[in-house]
Amino acid sequence: MFREQIRPAIMIFIVLTVITGGVYPLIVTGMAQVFFHKQANGSLICPGGGQCVGSTLIGQNFDDPKYFWGRLSATTPAYNASASSGSNLGPSNPALAASVKARILVLKAVDPGNQALVPVDLVTASASGLDPHLSLAGVNYQLARVAGLRKLPEAAVRQVVGRNMSGRFLGLLGEPVVNVLKVNLALDGLKPASQP
Amino acid sequence: MNWNNIIQITVFLVVLILAVKPLGTFMACIYEGRPIGLNVWLGPFERWIYQACGVRSGTGMTWKEYAVALMLFNILGIMVVYAIQRLQAFLPLNPVGMGAVSPASSFNTAVSFATNTNWQGYGGESTMSYLTQMLALTVQNFVSAATGMAVLVALIRGFVQKQTKTLGNFWVDLVRTTLYILVPLSMVLAIVLVSQGTPQAFCASALTTLVQPMKDGAGKPVTEQVIALGPVASQLAIKQLGTNGGGFFNANSAHPYENPTPLANFLEMLSILLIPAALCYTFGFMVKDRRQGWALLAAMLVIFIPCLLWSVQSEQQANHVLAHLGVDQAASAFQPGGNMEGKEARFGIASSSIWSVATAAASNGSVNSMHDSYLPLGGMIPMWLIQLGEVIFGGVGSGLYGLIAFVIVAVFIAGLMIGRTPEYLGKKIEVYEMKMASLVALIPHIFILMPAALAVLMPSGKAGILNPGAHGFSEILYAFTSAAGNNGSAFAGLSANTPFYNIALGLGMFFCRFWLIIPMLAIAGSLSAKKIVPGGVGTLPTHTPLFVVFLAMVILIVGALTFFPALALGPIVEQLILNGV
Repeated sequence: MFREQIRPAIMIFIVLTVITGGVYPLIVTGMAQVFFHKQANGSLICPGGGQCVGSTLIGQNFDDPKYFWGRLSATTPAYNASASSGSNLGPSNPALAASVKARILVLKAVDPGNQALVPVDLVTASASGLDPHLSLAGVNYQLARVAGLRKLPEAAVRQVVGRNMSGRFLGLLGEPVVNVLKVNLALDGLKPASQP
Repeated sequence: MNWNNIIQITVFLVVLILAVKPLGTFMACIYEGRPIGLNVWLGPFERWIYQACGVRSGTGMTWKEYAVALMLFNILGIMVVYAIQRLQAFLPLNPVGMGAVSPASSFNTAVSFATNTNWQGYGGESTMSYLTQMLALTVQNFVSAATGMAVLVALIRGFVQKQTKTLGNFWVDLVRTTLYILVPLSMVLAIVLVSQGTPQAFCASALTTLVQPMKDGAGKPVTEQVIALGPVASQLAIKQLGTNGGGFFNANSAHPYENPTPLANFLEMLSILLIPAALCYTFGFMVKDRRQGWALLAAMLVIFIPCLLWSVQSEQQANHVLAHLGVDQAASAFQPGGNMEGKEARFGIASSSIWSVATAAASNGSVNSMHDSYLPLGGMIPMWLIQLGEVIFGGVGSGLYGLIAFVIVAVFIAGLMIGRTPEYLGKKIEVYEMKMASLVALIPHIFILMPAALAVLMPSGKAGILNPGAHGFSEILYAFTSAAGNNGSAFAGLSANTPFYNIALGLGMFFCRFWLIIPMLAIAGSLSAKKIVPGGVGTLPTHTPLFVVFLAMVILIVGALTFFPALALGPIVEQLILNGV
């Protein structure tokens, strides 16, 4: 009973390994590279075909006040795209409250006039540490600061934000978000108005 | 709870239920060998496999032979996965140059993937070469799922056949499941995911220049971002469909490459429950009474839907501690609000909470948000769903055979009430079946509570805790719950990549997989040898709403009573403390 199953066990294991570990991923890779070349290679942003400046799906760390800031990242260093991770801080952990408090202080320091409550996703860490997006509330909170420092009319910044926003799928699934990296890249491409 | 939350829950449930009948019928035809497109077209190839491998496909196996074949195949799998991890530095397809994985971690991962748990003590993108991900891990994603489904099919044959000794051929069930069900579905899902942005490439990591240079923790300037890539989509598809859950990346399905858009998220979430739900219909189809299949699905939904509502409602609440600091946590048109720590902006509250419930119910274990950062009662739901025995959907195959063990317990209790020998689908349920079903229901409890109690007493157990207080206990309880339920999700703050946890959790996964499979096969063998008794006026009908509710209550009482004391020490006390702030 035992011995007669040894040969089938080894042979079936080899055949299924070839099918599921070799043929299957290779067919998927072939089709992906042909039909969705950009996505299959990481949705990289390479202006003019030159040096790539990031991926539309992978966030970057921004702490210069003239840029929009994204989610907090728990990776080391922040937004480390080779070692994704969340903070895993529990809701009752004093370290969570301390990290939120510190973030609020920094946000207030670069924008002292802003009296609004700070939107929650701007002061909390994302699950992946690489979240490229921010809620509309998080963007609106920073809009006056970014426009002011760049000497751009708020309406112009708002337009850039609108162009890099994605809504819910079919208006139903997920959440409306703004891609922080794309907005910042687009802002860098804008010329400031000659006179504020 | 706002309108969009309710809409997202409804759309998810409706699409899931609509898919049950077509996929369930398809799978039943595959297992019964009826011609249905794919198996006609690939039939010659299937027969060639049997010939080349020395499988006598026409010969049935007794339950003991079936169990021996299954164990041989799975232990071989564990050994190969272990060996590949230890040797990956010398093997090809390792562009980033990953070194050998440690012995304890390799053991844990090998058992984890072979038992369909896919608990991950390691970080994918920083540990495993592409070869390991494909040839070791992706393969086990397929065959561990196929193993679970094979056991279920053998059990169904036990109900359908009369006075027969054999349960079918394990190799045939394994090959058919992989070839006709898992590979085709995965291929379609993988391509759709690539279209959404999931990478599928063999090049090394991408190197990009940061838009704004930054400083790392030590004050050194950082100007570049190294973006890990790889053959992600192919592994991701089967990870979801086979209720595996082991991610390519450390952040699992929260990683924007694994789960790029709300549409990708929806399809992945659907894939988690798709096969376990459809198998209910397959069951009804094969026992020639579809109402029986629908009744089992209904019993699952009776527990699943309240958990969904509870979880979304709980996570939509504000964390009182943060409210005091001037944080806006209210839902509005501009933000999802709620508890956003450890959640991704594109998923918000609803898509994250629904996922956490689905992944826990289905023994999948992939996460698109960090369960450790959930509010206490929100994080309790996944933990409790696993503790119920992974029978609310559960793993592919394993969920339904586990539920059938509970059905046996339920008809037995009902039989005691009226003083009649219980029967299910015309088969008398006697002492032997009842003993085996009790093993299936109770073994996971032992492997959750005893090691968790040991771990909180031992320095090497306590060393792994990240969050202080009651939450730290929850982290340990969740780890052993996840291993025993073959789930694989975690309160990931726990540093579990240590020899203690790697070995303790590895043993838990192993025994709670195979010590349940063997009694289930024994039940199948025993039932198969029995006559079919036609139902009479005294027979308890098992397709009625009454029986559905009764079955759900049996599951709840067994699960809830066992774990309430432990949960009271973890999430429940933490919520009370938070409310007091």
